[in-house]
Amino acid sequence: MAKRAAPEVNAGSMADIAFLLLIFFLVTTTIEKDKGLLRSLPPIDDTEVEPPVIKQKNLFTVNINRNNQLLVEEEEIPISELRQATIDFLDNGGGTNQAGERCDYCKGKRLEDSSDHPDKAIISMKHDRETTYEKYMDVQNELVAAYNFLREREASRLYKKYYPDAEKVFTAMLEEKEKNQFSKDEVLNERIETIKKLFPMKLSEAEPDKK
Amino acid sequence: MSKFRKKDKGDLPAISTASLPDIVFMLLFFFMVATVMRDSSLMIENQLPSADQVEKLKKDRTIFIYAGKPSSQYKQFGEEPRIQYNDAFITVEDVQSSINQGIVEMNEELQSKVVVGLKVDKNTNAGLVSDIKQELRKANALKVMYIANTKTEEF
Repeated sequence: MAKRAAPEVNAGSMADIAFLLLIFFLVTTTIEKDKGLLRSLPPIDDTEVEPPVIKQKNLFTVNINRNNQLLVEEEEIPISELRQATIDFLDNGGGTNQAGERCDYCKGKRLEDSSDHPDKAIISMKHDRETTYEKYMDVQNELVAAYNFLREREASRLYKKYYPDAEKVFTAMLEEKEKNQFSKDEVLNERIETIKKLFPMKLSEAEPDKK
Repeated sequence: MSKFRKKDKGDLPAISTASLPDIVFMLLFFFMVATVMRDSSLMIENQLPSADQVEKLKKDRTIFIYAGKPSSQYKQFGEEPRIQYNDAFITVEDVQSSINQGIVEMNEELQSKVVVGLKVDKNTNAGLVSDIKQELRKANALKVMYIANTKTEEF
């Protein structure tokens, strides 16, 4: 019997097959990036320390009832006005903070019956058990937006010179921090902290009443 | 000097395409690796709410909790919104142990930075969400991200 050499397999169509698979995966791939609102929950506190007394004027109450109606400072308002109302409250600067300093960067109306200082201003949010999650998120979004607006304003006042091209200075700073997460930039971190300290996020959520 | 005589000039040699399959395979492997097959199939309706003040989520340190009404395939579980973790429905009381288990399974250096991603259907009652949050506080997982779709700003 004569030994036959195995014929070489034609690999010319390999590229076609690979392309076919490639296109399939290209089409089916959805590089998903989840986004959302990041919040911190308060730790459970068992200590029996008397909570400090907060003056009514430093408290901004936001209530949502079971019919998804919004009650802000005992007044029903549409959600489109919530952001401005929150900004006005936080930015009021009518008095002094704990250290007795006036809020010299506030641009609010300095009303007597609104918040003393951004350090002291607290937003208290409460919702009913039957409020829909959608409405709850809308309200959260507006409150966070108010803080972001004010922080953005202060960032562009203080650090615009370092980011002349950026439209939103604070966002640009946070993005830069994200990019350099492996090489810590102390100056940048300090600047971000400064901005956050000017308008500290004080958003407390009361537990809904149990029926 | 015939040794250095130029070979017959003219036609450029055809470019070899032998490495084309390699290149294509490389791309193919990239996309195969980058493709995420949804790891836990959803048993609930999950229409996310939308928000415009969103931040990006770091996936490596996130534990997801889903909540919503059981979808039409799982009608036997009733109409009330339920909590789903991985592939099963859990009750509010189980949230704490599930989260602790999820933390233990995670990369060690990320355990302290754990974020809980809440993917909650927008028609759910907020009461359920606050129950979950209460359990998360007990589990000491205090960073929460309410996952939302990005809304285009309307200005």
